[in-house]
Amino acid sequence: MKKKKCIAMLLAGGQGTRLYALTSSVAKPAVSFGAKYRIIDFPLSNCTNSGIDTVGVLTQYQPLILNEYVGNGEPWDLDRSYGGVHTLPPYQAKTGGEWYKGTANAIYQNLHFLDEYDSDHVLILSGDHIYKMDYSKMLSEHIANKADCTIAVLDVPPEEAPRFGILDYDDKNRIRSFEEKPKKPKSNHASMGIYIFKKDVLVKALIDDENDPASSNDFGKNIIPKMIADKMAVYAYMFSGYWKDVGTVTSLWEANMDLLGEHPLVNLNDSSFKIYSRNQALPPSYIGENGHIENSIMTAGCEVYGTVVNSVLGEAVTVGKGAVVKDSVIMRGTVIGEGAVVKFGMIDENCTVENNCVIGDDTSDKNHIALIGRGRTLAPGTVVKPGEIID
Amino acid sequence: MKVMGIVFSNIHDKQMPELTTNRTLASVPFGGRFRLIDFVLSNMVNSGINKVGVITKKNYQSLMDHVGSGKYWDLSRKNGGLIVLPPYGSDTGSSLYSSRFEALVNISQFIRRSDEDYVVMSDCDAVCNVDFSDAVQKHIDNHADITLLYRKTTLDGAKRKRTVIETDKNRRAVAINVSGKMLGEKNVLTNMMVINREFLLNLIENAGEMDINSFTQDVLIRGINKYRIYGYELNGYFASIDSVANYYKHSIELLDKEKRDQLFYAGGANIYTKVRDSAPCRIEDSARVSNSLIADGCIIEGEVTDSILFRGVRVAKGTVIRKSIIFQDSVVCTGSRLNCVIADKQVKILENRELSGHPTHPYVIAKNTVI
Repeated sequence: MKKKKCIAMLLAGGQGTRLYALTSSVAKPAVSFGAKYRIIDFPLSNCTNSGIDTVGVLTQYQPLILNEYVGNGEPWDLDRSYGGVHTLPPYQAKTGGEWYKGTANAIYQNLHFLDEYDSDHVLILSGDHIYKMDYSKMLSEHIANKADCTIAVLDVPPEEAPRFGILDYDDKNRIRSFEEKPKKPKSNHASMGIYIFKKDVLVKALIDDENDPASSNDFGKNIIPKMIADKMAVYAYMFSGYWKDVGTVTSLWEANMDLLGEHPLVNLNDSSFKIYSRNQALPPSYIGENGHIENSIMTAGCEVYGTVVNSVLGEAVTVGKGAVVKDSVIMRGTVIGEGAVVKFGMIDENCTVENNCVIGDDTSDKNHIALIGRGRTLAPGTVVKPGEIID
Repeated sequence: MKVMGIVFSNIHDKQMPELTTNRTLASVPFGGRFRLIDFVLSNMVNSGINKVGVITKKNYQSLMDHVGSGKYWDLSRKNGGLIVLPPYGSDTGSSLYSSRFEALVNISQFIRRSDEDYVVMSDCDAVCNVDFSDAVQKHIDNHADITLLYRKTTLDGAKRKRTVIETDKNRRAVAINVSGKMLGEKNVLTNMMVINREFLLNLIENAGEMDINSFTQDVLIRGINKYRIYGYELNGYFASIDSVANYYKHSIELLDKEKRDQLFYAGGANIYTKVRDSAPCRIEDSARVSNSLIADGCIIEGEVTDSILFRGVRVAKGTVIRKSIIFQDSVVCTGSRLNCVIADKQVKILENRELSGHPTHPYVIAKNTVI
C-alpha cells in the first residue's frame, strides 16, 4: 500500500462535564450545534477540506450516538477503501485492557493504527472546537521547518490566557517555552490543541511517556513540555480566524449566536469550504401565516407558527402558535408547544415543551442559560428559572 | 418474492416544455429541495425494491448529475442498485425510441438478465408517497399479469387524454379506454403498474409476431380478455405533474400542512434527495416570511409570502415575493416585486423589477436568465 503523507487522530472521548445535561448521554463531539451540525462535523470537514482522508476517531465516553453519527464517514467523503474514518474505542487485549488514561495514552493504545498506515506525519485534533481551518497549510509549514512537532497557535485576549496552554516562540516560530494554564501567562499565544508530529517522533514520545510512571499521559501537560525541554524542533503555526472552545454552556451558546447576523463570525455559506454533516431526509422548513422569524437560522423540517428571534432551530423543530423563542438554541426534533416562552434557553434533542411552559425570562443572560436535557417532556405550564438545568 | 423497478425519466417532457428544455421531467425541481424522480425512487426503496433501472432518452445530464451512484436513495448496491439505462443507438442508425414499448424493447437485455419475479414500472410525473408492496401482494394474490394503479378522479371533459379502467368486483379489468372527453368520477390510470417480469419479457421478445407497437393500445386494450389485468386503487396524496399550471398548483398546495404530512411523512416513509450540504437558512432582522417553505442555504432579508424557496436562494432587502416558486441559487435584488412567478435555477432578478403571472398562467423565467 502507498504510504499516506498525513493521517489525523481525533480525540473524541471527552465527557464534557461542563455542558451538564447536554452530555448526560452523549459525548461532547456529538452535541448538536448550529442547527444542522454536531461539533465533530467541524474537525471532520476540516480534514476533508485539507485533503486528509484517514481519520481515527478515539471514543470513550458515551460513544453510541457518536459512533452511529460518524458511521462509515460518507457524509464527510471519508468512506474510503484505503483510509477513511475509523472509530477507535478502548479495547481488551490479550495482556489486559484499560480505559484511555489521558489524551496521549489514547493515542498510545492505538499505535497499531498509526503503524498500519505508517504515514510520515500525524495530526492530532480534538473534538470540542468550532473553527474552519485548512490543515494542509500547517502541514506544509511543518514540513518546511523540518519540525518534530508543530502546534497551531492563536492569539487570545490577555485576560483569557490563563485558561489555555500558553507558549512563547522565537522569530523563526520555534517554541521556547510552553505552560499549561499558567497563572501568570508570559504571552497571549495560546495553543489550539492541534498538533502535527513526525510519526516516528510521536511513536517514540508516546512510548517514553507510557514508561514514565509520573506522567499523567497528556499532550499539553507531558508530551509537549518534555519535547521542548529536550530541545526538539517544536514550531508554532500561526492561525487567525474564528476558533472557539465550546466546552461550557455559555461558550456553546455564544458559538451558536456567532452564526447569526448579516455577517456572521463563522461563514457557513462558503461553497469552497463546506461543513458537511449527516442529513435527515426532510422537506424544507415551513413558516406559518402568523409565524414570525427574525435574525435566526434554521434547517430542514421545521414548522414555525410562533415567534422566533435571535435563535437557532435544528432539524424538524416545531414552534407552536403564540410561542416565543428568543436568544435560544432549540435542537433537532424538539417541539415547543403553543403559548410557551423560551428565553436564553438551550433545549436538547427530542424534547417536548408542552403548551404555556415558561423557560427563562428577560432578566436572564448568557451566563444563566436554562438547559433542558435530551428527550425530556415538560408538562403544560412548567416554569424553568433562568440558568436552571433539567437533566 | 423479488421486485425490481423501471423508471421512465422523460416520457412526459413535452407536456411542460417551459421547465424541461434542458432537463428530463425526472429532474424537474419540486417541493423546495426535491426533483420529481426523488418521489418514485424513494417510493421504490421504501417498498423494499433494491434494483431500479432508469430509462433515459435526451437531456439526461442533469438527471445523471442528480442521481449519481444512487447513494442518497440507498441504491448504491453491489447487487442491483440504481442503473441508468441510456438510449441504445444501433449501427443501423435507428432513431431514439418514440414510445414506452419501444423504450422497453431497447432495454430487453436488462430485463432478461434480471432475476426478479415482478417489475414495478413508473413514470416521473407522479408526486406521491406510496408503498408498492401492497400493490405487489395483491398482484400476486390475483395471479395477475399486470396490475394497473389508478386514482378515482373527477374528470371535467377537458381536452387532455386520460386512460380509464373499469373493473369487476374483484378489480379485474373489464374495459380500458383512452379519451379526452370523459366526464364524472372515473378510475384514471396513473403511470404506475406492477407486471410479471417473464410476462413482460415475452411481450418484448415476441413483439413482432404479436404485432405490439403501443403498450396501451396493443397490450392493455387489445389484451383485456387475453391477459389477467387488474386494477389497484391508490389513496393518499397524489399529484400528477402534466402541465405548468398543475406544477404550480401542486407546488403551492404543499403550503397546506395536511398535504405536506401526507407527502413527506406518510407511514414514516421519507423522501430522499441528493445532499448538497448547504448551510442552514438565515433569516435576517429585516425579513418578513409567512406561509412559505424555505430550504437550507437561503438568505432572506425581504418579504416572502405564500411561496416556495429552494436551496441557496437570496432575497435582498425591500423585495416582495408572493405566490412564487424560486429554484436553487436564484437571486432577487432590492426593490423587486414578484407575483405568481416560477424562477428556474440561477436566475438573477436585478433591482426594482416587477414580474407577475397568474396562478393558472404563472410567469416562468428560464434557467440562468438575468432580468
